[in-house]
Amino acid sequence: MIRALSPELQKAQQEILELARGYGLDCFETIFELVDYDEINEIAALGGFPTRYPHWRFGMEYDYLHKGYSWGLQKIYELVINNDPCYAYLQMGNMIVDQKLVMAHVYGHCDFFKNNMWFSKTNRKMLDQMANHGTRIRNFQDKYGVEAVEDFIDCCLSIDNLIDPHSAFINPAQQPGLLSSREEAAPAAEVKKLRSHRDYMDRYVNPTEFLEKEREKLSEQAEKERKFPAHPERDIMKFLIDYSPLEPWQQEILSIMRNEAYYFVPQGQTKIMNEGWASYWHSFLMTRHILKDSEVIDFADHHSGTLATSPGQINPYKLGIELFRDIEDRWNRGKFGKEYEECDDIKVKRGWDKKVGEGRKKIFEVRKLYNDVTFIDTFMNEEFCEAQKLFTYGFNRRTGQYEIVDRDWRKVKQQLLFGLTNFGNPVITVNDANFENRGELLLEHRHEGIDLDYEKAVETLRNLHYFWKRPVNILTKYNSQAKLVSFDGKEAKEKDA
Amino acid sequence: MIAGIKRDHLRFKQIVKGKIKRNLKKYITQGEMIGRQGKDYVSIPIAQIDLPRFKFGKKQQGGVGQGEGAPGSPVGQGDQEGEGSKAGQGEGKHFLEVDVTLQELAEMLAEELELPRIEPKGHRQTESMRRRYSGINTAGPDSLRHIKRTYREALKRQILSGMYNPKDPVIIPIKSDFRYRTWKNVQVPENNAVIIYMMDVSGSMGDEQKEIVRTASFWIDTWIQSQYKDIDVRYIIHDATAKEVDQNTFYHTRESGGTLISSAYRLCNEMIDREYPLSDWNIYAFHFSDGDNWSGEDTKFCVEMLKEKIIPKVNAFCYGQVESRYGSGQFIKDLLGFFKEDEKLITSKIENKEAIYRALKDFLGKGK
Repeated sequence: MIRALSPELQKAQQEILELARGYGLDCFETIFELVDYDEINEIAALGGFPTRYPHWRFGMEYDYLHKGYSWGLQKIYELVINNDPCYAYLQMGNMIVDQKLVMAHVYGHCDFFKNNMWFSKTNRKMLDQMANHGTRIRNFQDKYGVEAVEDFIDCCLSIDNLIDPHSAFINPAQQPGLLSSREEAAPAAEVKKLRSHRDYMDRYVNPTEFLEKEREKLSEQAEKERKFPAHPERDIMKFLIDYSPLEPWQQEILSIMRNEAYYFVPQGQTKIMNEGWASYWHSFLMTRHILKDSEVIDFADHHSGTLATSPGQINPYKLGIELFRDIEDRWNRGKFGKEYEECDDIKVKRGWDKKVGEGRKKIFEVRKLYNDVTFIDTFMNEEFCEAQKLFTYGFNRRTGQYEIVDRDWRKVKQQLLFGLTNFGNPVITVNDANFENRGELLLEHRHEGIDLDYEKAVETLRNLHYFWKRPVNILTKYNSQAKLVSFDGKEAKEKDA
Repeated sequence: MIAGIKRDHLRFKQIVKGKIKRNLKKYITQGEMIGRQGKDYVSIPIAQIDLPRFKFGKKQQGGVGQGEGAPGSPVGQGDQEGEGSKAGQGEGKHFLEVDVTLQELAEMLAEELELPRIEPKGHRQTESMRRRYSGINTAGPDSLRHIKRTYREALKRQILSGMYNPKDPVIIPIKSDFRYRTWKNVQVPENNAVIIYMMDVSGSMGDEQKEIVRTASFWIDTWIQSQYKDIDVRYIIHDATAKEVDQNTFYHTRESGGTLISSAYRLCNEMIDREYPLSDWNIYAFHFSDGDNWSGEDTKFCVEMLKEKIIPKVNAFCYGQVESRYGSGQFIKDLLGFFKEDEKLITSKIENKEAIYRALKDFLGKGK
């Protein structure tokens, strides 16, 4: 149920929008809708899109949010969708100061959606697209049965992290190998002639027709042996859409799922930056302009709650806002470049101030060009890690608990980057669609030090088998030993490789 | 749009209950939600279905945290699922720092596990009357005057009648503004209960096993406490001999040596006879072990003691078998062999932490 904003909120929105524009934020038109607490739980459960395809997992999300709210353990303050126009939801009955904070925060997100380059390829009419997906899938359910369609979606979701996060930026024409591989025939093997002792006998022993036949056989052989795909492919969802023996409706559902998975990719790639940027702006606008004296305490309470840290987890809001502020400060004071880097007097470095005043300009540039990985990699330095009291932790088998391991900033950075790369998912490619020359599927896990969860891997193989209909294998490592884990439709096997 | 999510929700609940889509049953895990009880954080179980994906094994994967502490100090486990792709949408979820009372915790647990309320044994049905302040009235003694509500009435009246001046906000209540708290008489059953915990502390029970016992008994306490006015909790540990200990020792001792389960049962039985007359008490006995007993002879003796002495006296006797690398796990089979249909004997296998909630449901789900 959609309700118009009250005149007070409309006024606040107008005021905040003008302020935001004044500081250079550049947003899509943003539509705020007022919803009650349960509606916001529902919309959040659907990933922000009020009309989506029917699936139990949205019910599961809802169950969690609803219980958390009714037990008084958590609540959702803001919800915003990357779309043109942007949609954002305000919860009815929140204090006006909270609503203003949320609006300022939302404008930060909208600016980010519109200007960050990693979002440049996303569909800005996703709201409509999601609704279309919903209609398609409901039609399939009418035709093929609720259960069948839902079971198939379950399988799709089980592999929805097997995509290539960068593929939106790859121009297929420039991709090496993809096109050329077809033309590049395998080096023609020499046809073996039968032995003839006399030269003049040769054309009788090896007549032209015979040689021709042999040549054909050989090239057929080479065709068979040629690997497909020619190069390991990360977009396994796409590979299955193109090459697995699916019914047309299944093929379409799989591409819908892939489409939605790609839509959410940039949000995962920029979680820290996006939240940091939005928090930076809500904090700046609220404290400089919007807050009334009587609202300061409530604002501070809410703001500090949003930025609260806990030892076992990184809070993206906190890390993001602090790093943006740190960058702004460094570029304001000229703390960058050769001269600064080469200075090894810590005292001079601390007090460094060349009055450059480039800070604001710099952070706008950063919000345009970076994603979480490059953001952390470029700007996180020793002073920052120390000031933020960051550490790495690990599981101690002996005590059976997670413990702080190190405060060395290089290790912190490395660990953080590892967790962000591919969203903390293992990198997996499809290497061969004709493995063992038996039409089996071969995947490879690029092992970077951490083993796969075995149980889950087997269950995922089971679902992959559902698509491929032939045995599926994955090459990985367990305890530093290369292993091939296979599922043949009945049981899982594991052997050294 | 509303109908959609309600149907998804219903479907999810049916899957969890095992009514539809049984193939997903194996993916059901106990997720958790964190509440706070005094200084401690408690996790409230909540069913989730975790579709399989290629994922890193958990324990090898470290993470980055923020805060004080030297290397080696433990980190509250933030359950790093690393599910970045899901995190999107700029959805600001806020965990609220609210205190949850034990009573509320018990209710959440009951709702999640669908526990029936306990029917106390019919020993003593006296019920006492208690006053509960639950309402507001326009008349009452001054000592029960509700100042906030009175103020609100006065404010309302003054605004309505135009007597309110925002520049000089003086509020003067008149007689009709006063509000008083009122009470209702409610009947509170006067039942008492005692929980007797027994645990095998022989060498084969490690820290992990004890952690499981501790978590399970926290929830058992919480639930039984919510059902009775008073509860007594007693602790017995045993290896080859049994002794009564305090709570701290119960959870932290590590003894070694053999295991004679009968020693604990004997002590438990004596304790009941000596201190908890059946006419006044609802008695719950819980025994946790890894299922190893010294000999078949002793097991036979245990069974006899349970049958003749303990089970007739208690509301329920619950045996939880915690999986350990060393235990043979024989005892639960023996018990089940002897007591096929006894309603009061409840057994449950607890393989790991995730299985605790199922065990709780086994133990408490019969409403004994």
